[in-house]
Amino acid sequence: MTTQIFHDSAADRTFRAKWWTGRVVIYGLLIFWAIVALFPIYWTITTSFKMAPDVMKGSLVPWWDFTPKWLGWKSLGLSPSTIFEQSTVRGEFLRRFYNSTVISVSSSLLAVALGSLAAYGLSRFSYKFLWMKNADISFFFLSQLILPPVVLALPFLVLYRELALLDTQIGLILLYTLSVLPIVIWIMRDQFAGIPTELEEAAMVDGQTIWGAYLTIILPIALPGMMAALILSLVLTWNEYFFAALLTSTYANTLPVMVASQTGSQGISWWSMAALSFAAILPLIIIGIGLERFIIKGMAAGAVK
Amino acid sequence: MSEGDLLHVVASDNISPTRRNLGLALIWGSPAVLVLVALAQTLQAWGGFDFGFTNWRPTLYAYVLYAACLCWGQVLAKGEQGKRILFVLPAALFVVSLTVFPLLFGLVIAFSDWNLSSLDGRHFNGVANLVQMWHDPFYWNALTNMVWYVLAILPEYVVAFALALMLNADIRGQKFFRVAFLMPLMLSPVAVSWMIGKSMMETRFGPLANLMKHLGWAEPSFFSSPWIAKSTMMLMDAWTFIPFMMIMILAGLQAIPKELQEAARVDGATGWRAFWEVTFPLMLPVSITAVLIRLIFKLKLADIVITVTSGGPGGATDTVTSFIFREYRDRSNVGYGTMLAMVYLAIIIVAMTLLMKAADRYMKSSY
Repeated sequence: MTTQIFHDSAADRTFRAKWWTGRVVIYGLLIFWAIVALFPIYWTITTSFKMAPDVMKGSLVPWWDFTPKWLGWKSLGLSPSTIFEQSTVRGEFLRRFYNSTVISVSSSLLAVALGSLAAYGLSRFSYKFLWMKNADISFFFLSQLILPPVVLALPFLVLYRELALLDTQIGLILLYTLSVLPIVIWIMRDQFAGIPTELEEAAMVDGQTIWGAYLTIILPIALPGMMAALILSLVLTWNEYFFAALLTSTYANTLPVMVASQTGSQGISWWSMAALSFAAILPLIIIGIGLERFIIKGMAAGAVK
Repeated sequence: MSEGDLLHVVASDNISPTRRNLGLALIWGSPAVLVLVALAQTLQAWGGFDFGFTNWRPTLYAYVLYAACLCWGQVLAKGEQGKRILFVLPAALFVVSLTVFPLLFGLVIAFSDWNLSSLDGRHFNGVANLVQMWHDPFYWNALTNMVWYVLAILPEYVVAFALALMLNADIRGQKFFRVAFLMPLMLSPVAVSWMIGKSMMETRFGPLANLMKHLGWAEPSFFSSPWIAKSTMMLMDAWTFIPFMMIMILAGLQAIPKELQEAARVDGATGWRAFWEVTFPLMLPVSITAVLIRLIFKLKLADIVITVTSGGPGGATDTVTSFIFREYRDRSNVGYGTMLAMVYLAIIIVAMTLLMKAADRYMKSSY
């Protein structure tokens, strides 16, 4: 048996103790906040598999204090036993889901297309329109972010009624594009500013036009940034409720409107409401898990210069 | 706002006179079509002429045609310069036609008495809406609520900063925690208001209510008294948007060069002092951006209020947006609602301009 010759000094030992308490506190806080952030989602998933008595008891853990049942999903027509049968609720749900998808995807694509063109132009050429120079034009675009939706809502309501655009997908697409355009321009301007102009200069010396250079050289480089802008727009447009509630009634309803209209009614059963909510948030949860780095990249764009 | 390097390329343009004239014809001819169509529609709307229009769509189509011709004409008439204009022009036209026109139109509506459910249509009533607004306690109540909601951003910021610091620390499972913390931002506020507001806060058997019972609140009710309801709303909104500020701050933290913190440590600054004297000042610009953007989103707060409490109890949780939403939904009062929105916009613009000026001056003086 050997005796230990070298000992940690007292100062070192307190340091290690301090380090350990620090670790414990940090991980404790991290896990606490992870629970805060994830528990509502967990609660919604489990509730959609509960029956009335389980809800009343406030049961939490499946298979341990309640037995999962397909009740909630059955009422949506999406459980294994009902998936091949006729279901009006499912038809309704799928129609809203389809509307939401079409509206959010096309408005995001449109916004990214328009926004990246404008951002590119503003980062490369100097414009002058009346008294407005580049900085003013940029500010004009970005200032749209301040505009609260409620200011536009009622004029649009009246305008769309005259133009027969109420309750149509195209009407919502236009408005949603408008609402995410400033964010797209903000992100893309940052992206383009980071790409050296020598690239286009070289391409143009080789005989490309400016649009050719933009499409074949700049776009592929800026693609990750565009993905970030696109995903951020998708999140915002998918979740939008205010305009959808005001401007649609029967045909172009989106999912949030459906969820909200069910929330208001008292008679609705918890399990089906939970199933509906979960189905509404599921696409974004998948996007969030799969494409998290793009979202973070997009939001970080404006933060760090 | 930094501009990128400007691109300086001189391209030779040989624009034949016919091409230039064609371009100019497009630019000036298409508005003529627009004016003609609009005139015909106006005539039908005001006087007995009947051109067979059922709605204003033809004017819309003429406008779209005009916009397209304007873009194309630029390239034809100005060559390379026109191609450059073409980058910004579509977006600019889009934004102008979708905000400036409706805003002008909104101003007209704001000064009129117009109830969509009554039959006698719109008529001008001057400042009557303003007077009504002045005597409307619910609008002032909603505005005061907004002040409280905005003040709630500060604690949100502190929490977001703390979370960002923890994520930036040397920890395992960083990816997991980042995704988990980001999640609330992805969820639709309407779904959140059911998931949290209606089910988890259910007074009889919601898990949050149960938790509160364990913690000694005998009969938890989250929406019955005004202040509790208001703070519950703030908490729910904070829950959704804290990740937003957190990520911007995290990006800022990761951009700080490691050498700076090491230098501070060598100089003997540890922990708390290093944070206050090195990290925090460096994070100020990012923080200001994050808070300003959060403020913009906060001013739009409505979804969860509309779906959870509809402004109750007694207007304690009302935001301006949700109040105007109900003004329209319950009473179809377009004229008055628009006036309220316009006043709100004016307040926001003044406040934001002052804030941005102040932030700008503060930043300049400290660097």
